[in-house]
Amino acid sequence: MQRFIGRDLARPDGPAKVRGEAVYVADLRVADAWVGGTVRSDVARGVLRGFERDPGFDWTRVAFVTAADIPGENVQALIVDDQPVLASGAIEHWGEPLALIAAPDVATLERALAAVKPLIDPAVGNFDPELSTKVFKSIRIAKGDVDAVFRSLPAGAIVVEGTYRTDSQEQLYIEPQGCIAWPPDSDGTITVKGSLQCPHYVRKALVRCFGIAPEKARVVQMETGGGFGGKEEYPSVVACHAALLARAAKRPVKLYYDRHEDLAVTPKRHPGRVKLRAAFGADGTCLALDADVLFDGGAYTTLSPVVLSRGTLHASGPYRWPSARIVGRVVATNHVPYGAFRGFGAPQTCFAIERLFDRAARELEIHPFALRRKNALVAGDTTATGQLLEHSVGSVQVLEAIAQSSAFDRHAWCVPRAESGAKRRGLGMSFFFHGAGFTGSGEEMLKGRVRVDLLPDGRVEVLAGSTEIGQGTNTLFTAIAADALGVDVADLALATPDTARVPDSGPTVASRTCMVVGGVLAQACAELRARVGDGTGAWRERARRFLASGGDGSVTVTYASPAGVRWDDANYTGDAYPVFGWAADVALVEVDVDTCEVDVLRFWTAVDVGRALQPRLVIGQIEGGSLQAVGWAQREVITTRDGRFEQDRLATCIVPTTLDAPRFDVTLVEVPYPHGPYGAKGVGELPMDGGAPAVLSAIEDALRVHATRVPATPERILALLEDSSAIAARNT
Amino acid sequence: MKSIFDEGDPIELWVRVNGVARTISVPPLRRLLDVLRDDLGLCGSKEGCGEGECGACTVLVDGEAVLACLAPACQVDGTDVVTVEGAGFERVQAAFLDHGGAQCGICTPGMIVMTRAWIDACRRDGTEPTEDGARIALAGNLCRCTGYGAIVAAALAAAREDAR
Repeated sequence: MQRFIGRDLARPDGPAKVRGEAVYVADLRVADAWVGGTVRSDVARGVLRGFERDPGFDWTRVAFVTAADIPGENVQALIVDDQPVLASGAIEHWGEPLALIAAPDVATLERALAAVKPLIDPAVGNFDPELSTKVFKSIRIAKGDVDAVFRSLPAGAIVVEGTYRTDSQEQLYIEPQGCIAWPPDSDGTITVKGSLQCPHYVRKALVRCFGIAPEKARVVQMETGGGFGGKEEYPSVVACHAALLARAAKRPVKLYYDRHEDLAVTPKRHPGRVKLRAAFGADGTCLALDADVLFDGGAYTTLSPVVLSRGTLHASGPYRWPSARIVGRVVATNHVPYGAFRGFGAPQTCFAIERLFDRAARELEIHPFALRRKNALVAGDTTATGQLLEHSVGSVQVLEAIAQSSAFDRHAWCVPRAESGAKRRGLGMSFFFHGAGFTGSGEEMLKGRVRVDLLPDGRVEVLAGSTEIGQGTNTLFTAIAADALGVDVADLALATPDTARVPDSGPTVASRTCMVVGGVLAQACAELRARVGDGTGAWRERARRFLASGGDGSVTVTYASPAGVRWDDANYTGDAYPVFGWAADVALVEVDVDTCEVDVLRFWTAVDVGRALQPRLVIGQIEGGSLQAVGWAQREVITTRDGRFEQDRLATCIVPTTLDAPRFDVTLVEVPYPHGPYGAKGVGELPMDGGAPAVLSAIEDALRVHATRVPATPERILALLEDSSAIAARNT
Repeated sequence: MKSIFDEGDPIELWVRVNGVARTISVPPLRRLLDVLRDDLGLCGSKEGCGEGECGACTVLVDGEAVLACLAPACQVDGTDVVTVEGAGFERVQAAFLDHGGAQCGICTPGMIVMTRAWIDACRRDGTEPTEDGARIALAGNLCRCTGYGAIVAAALAAAREDAR
C-alpha cells in the first residue's frame, strides 16, 4: 500500500529552516577555531618562484602553508591527477591557490594575507578554446553513414546549418562555499564538516592529499544552502585547504569564502560552441545530423570528460536520426576551471539542436511543433548511440500535454502579423530529454550502497551518502522508506551524511538520487520488512521481537543495473543511460523593441518524470530549474577578461528575482519506469535543458531574428535587429 | 566579515532584540549582522553576499525591513530589532512549509522576515495583498531553488490568512 508515495509529505528539515534554526557551516561555533584564507595568483599563467614575506609581520602568530607542507600527494583527486592542491611551479589560471594562511582572528588574517607576495614569472595565457592544443577528452558518436546521406540527398531535401554558442553560467547557490576542519586526532583521523553535495568525493580527496587510509578521513555534511553542481567537486578543494591549515595550526580552522571570492574562483558552466549541419526531407523527416561540439574546460581537467560525454550524448536531441555523427572535444585554456552545473553539458547541446529545429521549421515552412512531433523518438526507436528505447518513453505524451496547456501547436509562429507600439510578444518552444543517472557504465562502477538498520526501539535508521541540498532528499527517502517498510514516518530516522557512518551511495548528482539511490533504499527496506515479517502488532513491537530473537536488523543493498543494459565506452555505442526523462517547454516573451529587453511572462512545461513520488518536490525542481534556464537565456551574463571573471560580485553577477520570473504552468506526465522506485526516474537536471531554446524561439517569433547565442542580452538582440534591417534595406 | 568594520573605539549599544533589552559594547561600525550572529548568537539571519544584494540577512528594525549586512551597529542604537528567531512569524512560517517555499533554506529566514514586513505594510496602509504586490516586496530577496512561485504563493496565503 502506498500511503506516502504520490502525496506530499511535510519536509523533515522544514521547521528548522523556517525558524532559522537549521545549522549551516557558518553557524557552527567552535571554540578556539582559527580563520583561514588563501593566497592566490593574480595572473592567469606563469611560474611560481616562491614567496616574499614581509619581515615586519610576526609570522609566528599565524600558520602558513605551501605545497611543501602537503603530507600526501599534491593532487586534487578527481578524474585526472593534473590539478595541484597548491601550485608548486606552473600556474594555470587566475586565482589559483598558491599558499594558505590561518590566523586567530580576521584582522590578523587580513594583515598576513597583505604581508605575503607570491613571486611569479608571468606567461601569456590562452583563453580561446578554438586555439587550444591540449585536449582533455574527445568523443565520437557515429550512426549510419552521414557523408553518404549528404552526398546523395533525395529531391526536395534541405540542409540546415548553424553555429550555436552558450556562455558560462554561475550556479549562485545562496550559501557560499565553506567548511571547517579539525586537525588529526589522537588516532590520526581528520574531520571536515562543510557545505557539500558529495561527502565521499571529499573523503577521497583528503585521503590522497594526506596520504592516509580512507577511514582516517571523516567528512560530515552540514545543512547545505544550495548546490546545483557547484558543490559537487569544489568542496574537495576547500576541504583539503582547511584540513592542511588545521594540521599546521594544530587547531580547528574555518575556511569560508565570501561571495566575492566564491564568484571569482569557483567553477561555473562550461562555455560551449556547437556546429550543426542537418538534412531534412521535403516533408520534414530527419535524414542526417553532423555535429561538432567544443567545450572550454578551463585550466584543469576537473569533471570535463564527463561533462563532454553528457553534452555529446544529448547533441542529437530527442529525435529519430537515421544517420548521425557527433564529434566533441573539451580543451584546456587558462580560464578558471569549469565544472559541474545542473544539466552537465546537456543544456549547451540541447540549446543548439533546438535552435536548429526552429531554423529548419522556417525553411521547410512546417510548424515547429509539427516538425518536432514528426521526428520525436518513440518507444522502439534507437538513439544516436544505438540505444533501443524500451521503457518510459513519454516523448509524445509531453508534446501532447504542452499543446494542451499552451496551445502552441495552433500558434502562427513567425508568421508576420500586424503589430504596433513598443512591445512585441512571441511564443516559442523546445523539446528535450535528459538521461537519468550516471552515463554509460558509471552506475556499474559506482556501486551505490544504502543501509537500513533496526534501532533497539524498533525504529529504522536510513543510512545513505546522498545529501539534502534543498531538492528534498530527506522528504523523498522518508516517503520511500515508510511505504517500502509499511511504517509511519515517526518509525524512521535519517542519518546525517557522515562518511564515518553512512555507506557510499555515490554522489548527489546526475538526477540519480531518486531513481538510483531511492531504488536501492526501497530494496533494502523491502528486505528488512521481509526479515521482520508482517505478523501481528505494530511495526516497532514486531521489530523489537525480531531483534530479541536474535534477528539481523541491518540490511545493505548495492545498486545493480537493470538486466540487459550494455554500454561500449570505447565506441560510444549502446545504452548511454538506463532511461531518459522527457519534457517540452513553451515560453511567452514580451520584447521592448526600443531597449531590446526581454520579459518572460509565462512558461509552460510538461515533464515526464516516470512517477512523481513527491509532487511538490518535483514541481519545485521543475520551476527552480526552469528559472535558472530562463535566467541563462537572457540575463545571466558571465564574461572573462585576461582569464578573470568580470562578474565577481553579486552587484554584477545577475540572477532572476521575483519580478524577472515568469508564471509557471507545470504539467506532470507520468510514464512509469519499471526499474525505478514506484516508477520514478530522474528530474533534477532535465528542467535546465529546455528553457534557453524556448525563450530564444519566442524572441524569434516576436522579432523574426534567429539568435544563436546564450544569453540573448539586449545588446546581442539589437545587433541581430540591426543586421536584419541592414539586410532588409539592401534587399529593397 | 571584514576587520575594517571592527575598527574604532567601542560604543555602548542599547538595542532590544526579539523583545529582550540588550546593552553590549561593540565597535561603532560593526555590522548588525555580526552583532546578531557573533555577539548575540542569533544565527538565523544569513550572509549570502555581504553587500546588500541577496536579502538573506533581512531583519526588522523598528518594524522596517533592513539588510543587516549593511547596517552598522551605531545606526541601530536605541532600536527594536526582530530577527527570524523572534515572535510573530508563525503564520508566515507555516505558509512557507505548506507551499514548499523553503528548499535549501538559506534564503528562507530573509524571505520570511520580508514577507512579514510586507504583510504589516499592507495592513498599515490598508492595501489589498496581491501577487504583484508580493513579487515587488520580495524582489530584493534572491532564491535560487524554487523559481519563486512557491514563495510568492506562501506569502500571499499568509497575507490573506492575516487579513481574515
